Amino acid sequence: MCPLCGALLTEHWADPEGAGARRGRVLRTRIVRRVLAGFGVTLSDWGGTAYVLHDGKGRAEVVHDLTTLWAEAERLAGRPLDPLDPALVEALRRST
Amino acid sequence: MTDRIPVALVTGFLGSGKTTLISALLAHPAMGETAVLVNELGEVAIDHHLVRQVDERTVVLGSGCICCTLRGDLRDELRDLLGRRARGELEPFRRVVVETTGLADPAPVLSTLLTEPVLRHNYAVEAVVATVDAVAGAATLDRHPESVKQAAVADTLVLTKADAAAPAAVAALEARLRAVNPLAPIRRVAFGAIAPDDLLRARDHDLPATASAPQARASPHAHDVHAFSVVLDEPLDWDAFAVWLTMLLHSRGLDVLRVKGLLDVGEPGPVVLDGVQHVVHRPRHLAAWPDDDRRSRIVFITRGLEREAVLASLQAFARLGRVATAAATDVVDR
Repeated sequence: MCPLCGALLTEHWADPEGAGARRGRVLRTRIVRRVLAGFGVTLSDWGGTAYVLHDGKGRAEVVHDLTTLWAEAERLAGRPLDPLDPALVEALRRST
Repeated sequence: MTDRIPVALVTGFLGSGKTTLISALLAHPAMGETAVLVNELGEVAIDHHLVRQVDERTVVLGSGCICCTLRGDLRDELRDLLGRRARGELEPFRRVVVETTGLADPAPVLSTLLTEPVLRHNYAVEAVVATVDAVAGAATLDRHPESVKQAAVADTLVLTKADAAAPAAVAALEARLRAVNPLAPIRRVAFGAIAPDDLLRARDHDLPATASAPQARASPHAHDVHAFSVVLDEPLDWDAFAVWLTMLLHSRGLDVLRVKGLLDVGEPGPVVLDGVQHVVHRPRHLAAWPDDDRRSRIVFITRGLEREAVLASLQAFARLGRVATAAATDVVDR
């Protein structure tokens, strides 16, 4: 949705930095996977420099930050990704 | 990054006193080395050496996302200032003031400053100042959503012409502005008479204290723009929060006019969060909390979002963060 927030940015406001950067990327990947679990989309970390989204049809998209991640994940999911959706919030509450 | 040039953004509706304010500021000794970018050359301080005119020229991106529009004119002028200063063609300047047009949405200006690669490394947004006419302000807020947004994203609100308005009307307008933007101090200013430091040092002084953070409240006259705060008792996992906020801004960014807060991420000091729609300042880590209350508190200024829905969602993501962290015993940083 916002190319400026992603494509032109060499560093995103939410990028993990410093000593905890690698751990941060791993944790983010795991959190996003849980969020996307009900949407048929999954995420993997690509060498600590990018993320890769996959769907069940074999499609994959490389993204470099969380903002572009949501836009691409929504495209792959084929439906809106809204963190305020009560059904999603309830599913996350039960997520283990 | 500490030597970035501060940029003050002056916004406000047509006729609300932006030019008067800027002209008076430029006459102040502390503002001597200031470059000014204005829309209408000739009205403001024409004898000032560093006044430049910019015609609002936006680069509309394919996404059509208005708040992330790149202001091409501003980018070019600010880059040009850097180049000319480096070549010695301009006298040194220590600060830039940008005046927007009265109908302008300030978000694209902030987006340009915070995301354009050259600008973000050379300039730092110092403060967003919005002028509001005490006489006409209430009617303007009723009729022009742009003016509500200008007030909502401001760091400081300048109430002009208060001496010409009835005291009761001024008080009512101030109450309304506080409902739209409880983060911004309101300064009554006549003929631009205010010290620059009172206006342009706002960014670090308006961090939300829990006691003053607003609860959900109705604001029926302000195009459904209202402010609310959330306070969290437990430390917040920063990674879970980053996942949550980027998703929220992806989904609801046009309705999140402002988000600002202090976050307890388990460090000695808080993380300062500050965003306008899709545009978020790089979070800053403070060495210490400003007061004894060390709970995370975040103020949202939104168009139509419900506090309870935002809080429930944030808490669900915070729980995910705790679960992921507890399971991450295998992850070590090298």
